[in-house]
Amino acid sequence: MGNPFRSEADAFRFLLLTIGYCALIAIGAVINMWVGIAVFVVLTLAALYLVFLRSKPEPPPRVAPTFPHPDDEKRILVVANETLEGETLHEMIRRKGEGYRPNVLVVAPSQPSVLQHLASDEDGARLEARERLDSSLARLRAAGIAARGEVGEADPIQAIEDALRTFGPDEVIVSTHPEGRSHWLEQGVVEKARERFAVPITHVVVDVNAHHAEVR
Amino acid sequence: MAAEVAAVEHHGPPVAHQSSRVSSTTLGMLLFIASEVMLFGSFFTAYFFVRVVDSYPWPPEGFELPRYVAGINTAILVTSSFTIHWALQSIRRGNRAGLQAGLVLTFLMGLTFLLTQVIEYARVGFAPHDNAFTTVFFSLTGLHGAHVFVGLTILLFATIRAFRGHFSAAHHHGVELPGIYWHFVDVMWIVVYTTVYIL
Repeated sequence: MGNPFRSEADAFRFLLLTIGYCALIAIGAVINMWVGIAVFVVLTLAALYLVFLRSKPEPPPRVAPTFPHPDDEKRILVVANETLEGETLHEMIRRKGEGYRPNVLVVAPSQPSVLQHLASDEDGARLEARERLDSSLARLRAAGIAARGEVGEADPIQAIEDALRTFGPDEVIVSTHPEGRSHWLEQGVVEKARERFAVPITHVVVDVNAHHAEVR
Repeated sequence: MAAEVAAVEHHGPPVAHQSSRVSSTTLGMLLFIASEVMLFGSFFTAYFFVRVVDSYPWPPEGFELPRYVAGINTAILVTSSFTIHWALQSIRRGNRAGLQAGLVLTFLMGLTFLLTQVIEYARVGFAPHDNAFTTVFFSLTGLHGAHVFVGLTILLFATIRAFRGHFSAAHHHGVELPGIYWHFVDVMWIVVYTTVYIL
């Protein structure tokens, strides 16, 4: 359901609908009390039907990078969490930056458990994400890649969108566990990101346990 | 390295982590309006309890509601929503004169509404402590009047800022938020007028 007070234009439209709604009920009630009640019931049910059953969520606008930068610079956004230290991911970052001056932003969405999220006890999850992030950044810098990082939104799509608005990458790398072990793949994060963001997205699968990796 | 340095040098509480989906100011206004809806909801609960559950005559014998004056007041308030909408549309197109005229008209119409309500209170012929009907009448219309007063204060500042050269086609958040609030006040009046005066 859309928020009727998200903007002034939406609020104005809601006001006009309210006037129409109340006017029809008042006219019905002036004719006869039962007519008024019938109009109220019909209009309210119609409004509930339209709001909750017929409304389809608007497709989110495709977001594109917004920051211009020198031609020889390549901005790479890396979104990963438990696979941040995977060798394949680092190899991919190095390969993507070849021939350019790579500028890498690593975003590690914090991953609190449901219970931690409900209790607003996310500090531990953010700390763990920060530790993985620092380790990954140290490796990238040791390889001569300019990299910085931040702990992002728990929702990886939102974390990408936030970074797109503040960093403006040329390319995004999403790193996940293999199919079957990855929550992000189960949620269709890569597909959603490709659908929603107007920027090339590379999916890197890192099997941290088996030292086996695959790039798609 | 910058992130590590920043992490080491930072003192005090962590920096607020905010989403880009909704700006914090708009989110604040939405939360404020949600709390306002709950406040009005509690007053409407009292109204429906008195009128429907208690089957209280509305208005009781010997009491009369000033429907026509309130009707004209309603027309004034609804018109003021159109003028603030016009003000915002004007500044979006870079039309400063339209913004200023729209805000001044909105403020004047809101003031007219409030003054008419005060005069209506003085001439209505009953007091809040007379019975349940009068208590509910003054509570609901008074609560709304208080919101109109707050809205007028916000509009006054927006109008002053408009005349001092603030706002542009790209930056007019200071008009957008008063506009949302003003429409909300108008919506609540439509509901109050319909339930208290008409039905």
